[in-house]
Amino acid sequence: MTVNQVSVFIENRQGRLGEVLNVLKENDVNILSISLADTTEYGLLRLIVNKPEHAKDVLLSAGFSTMLTEVLIIKVPHVAGALQDILSEIAKANISIEYMYGLSVEANDASIVMKTNQLNEACNVLKNKNIGTMTEKEIESL
Amino acid sequence: MIWNEQMECMSREEMTKLQDERLVKLVKYVYDNVEYYRNKMDKCGVKPEDIKGICDITKLPYTTKDDLRDTYPFGLFAAPHSDIVRIHASSGTTGKATVVGYTQNDIDMWSECVARCMSMAGVTKDDIIQVAYGYGLFTGGLGAHYGAERLGAMVVPMSTGNSKKLTTMMVDFGATAIACTPSYLLHLSEVLRDEGLIDKIKLKAAICGAEPWTEKMRHEIETRLNITAHDIYGLSEIMGPGVACDCKEHAGLHICEDYFYPEIIDAKTLEPVSDGETGELVFTTLTKEGIPLIRYRTKDLTSITREKCKCGRTSARISRFKGRSDDMLIIRGVNVFPSQVEAALINVEEVTPHYMMIVDRENNLDSLEIQVEVDSKYYTDEIKGIEKLTKKIAGVIQSALGISAKIKLMGPNSLKRSEGKAVHVIDNRKLY
Repeated sequence: MTVNQVSVFIENRQGRLGEVLNVLKENDVNILSISLADTTEYGLLRLIVNKPEHAKDVLLSAGFSTMLTEVLIIKVPHVAGALQDILSEIAKANISIEYMYGLSVEANDASIVMKTNQLNEACNVLKNKNIGTMTEKEIESL
Repeated sequence: MIWNEQMECMSREEMTKLQDERLVKLVKYVYDNVEYYRNKMDKCGVKPEDIKGICDITKLPYTTKDDLRDTYPFGLFAAPHSDIVRIHASSGTTGKATVVGYTQNDIDMWSECVARCMSMAGVTKDDIIQVAYGYGLFTGGLGAHYGAERLGAMVVPMSTGNSKKLTTMMVDFGATAIACTPSYLLHLSEVLRDEGLIDKIKLKAAICGAEPWTEKMRHEIETRLNITAHDIYGLSEIMGPGVACDCKEHAGLHICEDYFYPEIIDAKTLEPVSDGETGELVFTTLTKEGIPLIRYRTKDLTSITREKCKCGRTSARISRFKGRSDDMLIIRGVNVFPSQVEAALINVEEVTPHYMMIVDRENNLDSLEIQVEVDSKYYTDEIKGIEKLTKKIAGVIQSALGISAKIKLMGPNSLKRSEGKAVHVIDNRKLY
């Protein structure tokens, strides 16, 4: 129930982000969600793409520090408080969230991409509470 | 004021005679007491009796920082440990420091030299002098301190690191002189200006050293503070600050020639060059007991004149420094070799051996940035992981160099690979 996220380390330099995106474009990789964490010195680009393994290979050979990270993509119903309900289940299990960002595919469906410190435990919590997640297959078909 | 007229204004003939006698004595002393030098001289086929005066000095082999490294820590000491009263140390080219030892006579000689230099700057026993060099293994603080005491001045041992306290005391005590690095003095002038204290100080002279600086910087310091600023030169291997200093004429730095015999050589051929020509400065310590050095290559580039100065002194003078014949950097008064950074980074498994040092001067203070390439298998996609790695490298560098550096992580292959000799330093300061 986890999905591979592509993480790219980029120095803060004008045009660097564009260079990454260009490599993906030229290699026909479709980006479904993107998050950029930045400091004054560098940025960490996190991507959910349709072909993560392929994206990693092409970025590495283009000279970018790239790695795959296992994350969860959790389906969040479009109702007030839905995200909070999910987060409180995770918190109850003493699991820390490292970071998260949104993923929106259709108008009536929203998801969040989440990295936690204990991936398996988080999966179990979600499974027990019947909270839906997206699989790699689903991502590929988007 | 001339502190020691006899020695500083001696005729050339008398000085040469004194140097002849001292060199003959020194070579015998070193040969008898330092095994390393004895082997070195035997290898070259030179015996102490071959040295009859300064004219024979070129028969003797050179000494370099590598000789000090190879004999670390005390291998070049000529005096027994019981006679050594103090140790100082400076940066070695790799992990180990360069260690020097002083006998009581050495400390007295050093204090005498610094007193001469401070007198060149017009400092007398009536002055209040703040010593704002670091106190410790670095020769700057204690060297200036003992010299100023010899002079009889009132010494305020400020050391470094607290500009606010320094400027407050400068005003409250009515300090009339200061000894510190020129870049720090420029910084202090800004602190004084910002605090509205510039009209309240009584400063009249500064003795600046431990790093190269330009005439432009001197002018800037003198104008901002309405003082005269003097350039004091030295290196721990030879003694520390006080080997040479410029007088009110600012026409070169007077060498304490009765203690340190200067030569200028071509750094490539190692042959002596004529007076007035630029080359590498070499010193022989004529009277030192703790760690006497023969023909020590300073790697500082300068030229020499033996003409009498308008101030009355006859001692040989060296021009402002024109650069270095090696890759040593002086950052915030601390000697830094790129090889030290390289040696430190080898122990950090997360980084590749590629690095670049960027030296700059911001607000008159030196800054050092070290760019390192992180091995791709150590990347993490969490900011805290990257920050942890940055902190780890900064710690390793700090303990290797003795100064802090800003660490910048770079992606793989992002640092330029040079085709010939690797370039590891970009120095944006204009020091020479």
